[in-house]
Amino acid sequence: MNLDQFLIMRHELLLIGVVLLVLIAELFIKSDKKHHVIPIALILFLLYTIVGFLPAKTGVLFGGMYQTSELVILFKNILNVAVFIILLQSASWLRKDINHERISEFYIILLSSLIGMNFMISAGDFLMFYLGLETATIPLTALAAFDKYKNKSAEAGIKFILSSALSSGILLFGLSILYGTTGSIYFTEVAEKLVASPLLVLGFIFFVSGMSFKISLVPFHFWTADVYEGAPVNVTSFLSVVSKGAAAFIFMVILFTVFKSLSNMWGDVLYLLSILTMTIGNLFAMRQKNMKRFLAFSSIAQAGFILLGIMGASELGMTSVVYFVLVYVFSNLAAFGVVSVISDKTGLESMDDYNGMYRTNPKLSLIMMLALFSLAGIPPVAGFFGKFFLFTSAASKGYYWLVLIAVLNATVSLYYYLLVVKAMFINKNDAPIAKFKSTFTDRLALIICVAGIFAIGFASPIYELIRKLSFGL
Amino acid sequence: MERYGIPLEGFLVISTAMFFIGIYGFLVRKNLITMLMSIELILNSVNINFVAFNSYLFPENMQGNFFALIVVAIAAAEASVAIALIINIYRRFSNIEVENIDEMKY
Repeated sequence: MNLDQFLIMRHELLLIGVVLLVLIAELFIKSDKKHHVIPIALILFLLYTIVGFLPAKTGVLFGGMYQTSELVILFKNILNVAVFIILLQSASWLRKDINHERISEFYIILLSSLIGMNFMISAGDFLMFYLGLETATIPLTALAAFDKYKNKSAEAGIKFILSSALSSGILLFGLSILYGTTGSIYFTEVAEKLVASPLLVLGFIFFVSGMSFKISLVPFHFWTADVYEGAPVNVTSFLSVVSKGAAAFIFMVILFTVFKSLSNMWGDVLYLLSILTMTIGNLFAMRQKNMKRFLAFSSIAQAGFILLGIMGASELGMTSVVYFVLVYVFSNLAAFGVVSVISDKTGLESMDDYNGMYRTNPKLSLIMMLALFSLAGIPPVAGFFGKFFLFTSAASKGYYWLVLIAVLNATVSLYYYLLVVKAMFINKNDAPIAKFKSTFTDRLALIICVAGIFAIGFASPIYELIRKLSFGL
Repeated sequence: MERYGIPLEGFLVISTAMFFIGIYGFLVRKNLITMLMSIELILNSVNINFVAFNSYLFPENMQGNFFALIVVAIAAAEASVAIALIINIYRRFSNIEVENIDEMKY
């Protein structure tokens, strides 16, 4: 292997470089000037994101353990943009005195988790996949407990590590059975030797349960709301967008490549899971009063919609999932951005606190409304097209009842999204959240999100590009 | 095929039993450390599975053994982070019983 071949894993190598540079910066900056780490990390990550968009070589490394295709690179770039927005949003939170000593810790842990996700989505065998999954999850559990002086944050951390360790144990048991029945851990070889024996089906069910934990599908979603509520806002947005998106992507790729011959079986499994996920996620979202908890349940419901695209099991299905994740990145991060700004400035996170916010902070209210409309799927914004393609993909396979249930659920979700809009624009409040000026980084993050919500909805080249790179069964 | 006088089924029965004892322990026990121990039990059952399958069914390559090695390493990493978080819990709540860690509920 020569140096040239190593460039195939450019994303991971550069990211490791960024982490090391932040670590070195931390060593050389005096302890009363730690906030200088923030611009350094932001600029380094911005450079890395830009380099990621340059045309790259694709190929296979380590005897098939690591593989990239153009779709994988595109997906890594989507994750990079999402993480960049999250880093921008977290800047003003990190500037607070209480976090002063731990700024570079935040960056190092968050980016390590991103390295794990990059390895996970370009895995070529189950070993690399598992390694990436754990490298992504273990740092995140530490991040969930980042506010170490808050009881809720500590609670979120311990709930997250225990449930994710249990879920990866279940996933591993499934993988060991898969290995026992097929004799290989490489995706391609497993796909060739796959025969639907009862033992293999057992392993497959364990595998799906383990993955469902990570994507928080409904019978396995109990950790989601608590962890999302307890963790700091920016960590929550990372969890709900980047972590969920990466896990959904690799889940889809494994189903399409490894379990190709079982497509009838996983179609049935996902059918049930998606109905449960959409419905229960929506029903619980209606009664939430805490904004983070509310967005947690809304993101559970969105995961149910993602399953519709996976069930399409076609080129169109894969396109719609990647496209939906791209839309979801911008709309969810815009919503979390507003929640994060308000929580930073005032410490308020309840929906009632948002009453009458339009009078004091009209711009933030408008951005929040736009983001929620995009999440709900109202036509002019990108969210509508994301949902539309997912439904088309499921309908093309003949799942008409499922699509009907999904459309009904989308309508129900409109109700609770509009509750927030109503709180901001219509509800009277004697003492609404005071007018404040947001910082430059917060504004930049929100502007990128809004631009994304509009641009992706109107620019068809993005969809065409994803379509060209996708593959079906 | 028998090696060491033990059939493959013997290993599989042990590992499956360990797996479900781990699940049971995780669901029933109220102490965070014991829950962590249950998870270790699950991961070790997976290791037994991998190594047994490798040496009985597919002795021509070492994939199962290597997988088990990596699982051991990751289990150690997971345990260290989990114990750090448990210490954090102990500082905040001054005990590590699950019933007392209930600030967030449905």
